[in-house]
Amino acid sequence: MSSESPTTVVNAGDLRTEEMLLNMGPQHPATHGVLRVMVRTDGELVLDCEPHVGYLHRCFEKHCESVTTLQSVLYTDRLDYLTAMGNNWGFCMAVEKLYGDELVIPERAQYIRVICQELNRIASHLLAIGTYGMDIGAITPFLYCFREREKILTIFEHICGQRLNYNYIRPGGVAYDIDEGMLRLISEFCAYFGPKVDEYDDLLSTNDIFVQRTAHVGVLPVKTAIDFGCTGPVLRGSGVPRDLRKDQPYGIYDRFEFDVPVGSGERGTLGDCFDRYMVRVREMRESLRIVQQAVKGIPAGEIRSSKIKAKIRPPKGEAYTRIENSRGELGFYVVSEGKEVLYRVKCRAPSFHNISVLPEISRGAMVADLIAIIGSMDIVLGEVDR
Amino acid sequence: MDTQTLVQWVLGENPGFWPQLIGVVAAWALPITVWVSLVGLISIWLERKISAHIQCRLGPMEVGPHGALQTIADGVKLLAKEDIIPDGADRFLFALAPILAFAGTFVSFAVIPFGPDLIIADLDAGLYFLAAVGSLEAIGVIAAGWASNNKWSLFGSVRAATQVVSYEIPMGLAFVTVAVVAGTLSITGIVEQQSGMIWNWYLFRNPVMPIAFISYYIASLAECKRAPFDLPEAESELVSGFHTEYSGMRFAIFFLAEYAAMYVVSALASVMFLGGWYTGIAPLDRAVAESGLWANALGALVIITKSFALIFVQMWLRWTLPRIRLDQMMTLCLKVMVPIGMFTLVIAALWQALVPEGAALDAAGHPAHPVVGSVTGMLVFVFLIVGGSMWVRSTIRATTSFKTANYRA
Repeated sequence: MSSESPTTVVNAGDLRTEEMLLNMGPQHPATHGVLRVMVRTDGELVLDCEPHVGYLHRCFEKHCESVTTLQSVLYTDRLDYLTAMGNNWGFCMAVEKLYGDELVIPERAQYIRVICQELNRIASHLLAIGTYGMDIGAITPFLYCFREREKILTIFEHICGQRLNYNYIRPGGVAYDIDEGMLRLISEFCAYFGPKVDEYDDLLSTNDIFVQRTAHVGVLPVKTAIDFGCTGPVLRGSGVPRDLRKDQPYGIYDRFEFDVPVGSGERGTLGDCFDRYMVRVREMRESLRIVQQAVKGIPAGEIRSSKIKAKIRPPKGEAYTRIENSRGELGFYVVSEGKEVLYRVKCRAPSFHNISVLPEISRGAMVADLIAIIGSMDIVLGEVDR
Repeated sequence: MDTQTLVQWVLGENPGFWPQLIGVVAAWALPITVWVSLVGLISIWLERKISAHIQCRLGPMEVGPHGALQTIADGVKLLAKEDIIPDGADRFLFALAPILAFAGTFVSFAVIPFGPDLIIADLDAGLYFLAAVGSLEAIGVIAAGWASNNKWSLFGSVRAATQVVSYEIPMGLAFVTVAVVAGTLSITGIVEQQSGMIWNWYLFRNPVMPIAFISYYIASLAECKRAPFDLPEAESELVSGFHTEYSGMRFAIFFLAEYAAMYVVSALASVMFLGGWYTGIAPLDRAVAESGLWANALGALVIITKSFALIFVQMWLRWTLPRIRLDQMMTLCLKVMVPIGMFTLVIAALWQALVPEGAALDAAGHPAHPVVGSVTGMLVFVFLIVGGSMWVRSTIRATTSFKTANYRA
């Protein structure tokens, strides 16, 4: 037909179309820091994308190999700066493992670690949910989330004098003790926070526009998630009940009652953005349960093991430990030569693995979906680039 | 006010062609300019305060009482800023775009009334004129995105073009529905027919008018590029959309045009559905009707209040709802609202033909009360509002299942 039509008629197929190469970031409001994504687009459709990382590379591992072990803890704060407690703990666990079974962490320190880590997980998820709402276009939930996060940061400020980079959990225990007043603050927060999560459900989880924007978007199949080494809420959103706090309990997590929320495709497909979002909302409730139990059960006693002296010289050897941080499995591999300075430190960062799956799940999505997918991955570039 | 007389009074009997032309334009443009700036100032301040209070903040508090002068301070800052035209931009179009965007909104003000006599141009086809110039803003937006030579701006302008072809149709259908009911396209004519008590408003004129009103309101959100239809300037997706490359006064003009457009669509909604300058309390209107001054003063107060009430709802929605996606916007406008618009149009036309009430005037020259239409219209309106909120509540209540479901034992 088209060949017989007069030459004046322009067929849609004859129009010259071009793919557009779009450079998203590193200065883009929705890339959560300095991620750069090269996007090949056909109009609003994403044909392919490629994340470029490294804009925040700070030689974390090399730093840790040139300063003393105790000073290294300070650098771990800067990895996933939204869950600095978890980073501290992960690194300290690796160092403690070098000491072997003879090192026993005091009970009170264990409880304080759990309380801090879970509060920090709530703070981190609050930020993830708030910024995710903002990525989708709802600005108000972001400020509500920050209101609650502010309370947690105030508690941390009371506990260790810092609001973001705590440097609080140290090899062998924690830096400072917490007193009754701080415990009371924490219990007050627990009572306050429970109903607030329902507010987020009202504002976002049940919002039809929000559901339409996130359901069926960025579906991450289980196999892809496992192949790419995704962990944390990203993996659990795909329906895999993998949580190191349950599967390989470290610290004293085996003493607490909590559930592991997993995605089920309740509003769309299994493993879509809504599932990942919902896993975070539910995890906040679970973390709250753990904090409440820990505050109730915290014993009196030492906060530091006397085994570890001020000058930390871990015994010769190597150790790998991993913890369930708010973004997934955070692993530290340390090699010690028995000196004050560690010979080698390697960090397995969950965000790095989670963001690597981005091209796989964003093909065929729209540009607006790409933003939703990046947001649902909840990356922290400090951890991706290290 | 007859502009011809005014101009002659100022310039003398026979001032010549050009002075007269300039005089007439100035006599028209000056009050609009003042009012547009005022609307901009007030609504920008309102937006900041409303968003702040919705978000548990205070908002601007420093400049003036409760930050009332903050917008002026910002305006001065924007005036003083460097005027940047990026390399590679189409300089002519880049400079023209904000003016184009502003012109459409600005011209709309000519037919927006403030009172029985306070209308600059009472066109016979006022509604048609508004529909025509209302979407002129989109041309400015498209030009801005194209001229900026920036991929994000281009995205924004293409989205704006997509949005125009989507929302214009349901909006036009709402216009036609009103025109069918009113039997006129004149703005004053439409308002005059809604005089009397509140049930004479077109919102309650027949059972489908509430639906037409809501449909128009949603389309008007899209016209003003307000959330959830703020796709052309989606800040989290497109950096800042079509005005990414704009700064200083050019940006301020875009900004002003947006807020002025909010007023235009809200004032139009109050004219078409909410009785225009009538209070909805017949004795009150009749009491001031004798005195032209009081009638106009009350009329201006009423229509501005109604418009700002609708602007408040726009802001409320913006700070509550997320943004919908481009394809979802098109689906909503073309697949949902167009059929609804067709339905309301057909029913309204049938109603006009088959229920012979309201069209006839009573002895005093007022339209007779369309009882059946008003009662059913009000019932439908109440049903929509109550049913809608109950439905929203029920979906929220379904969250209780969120707390228990989908956990690993």
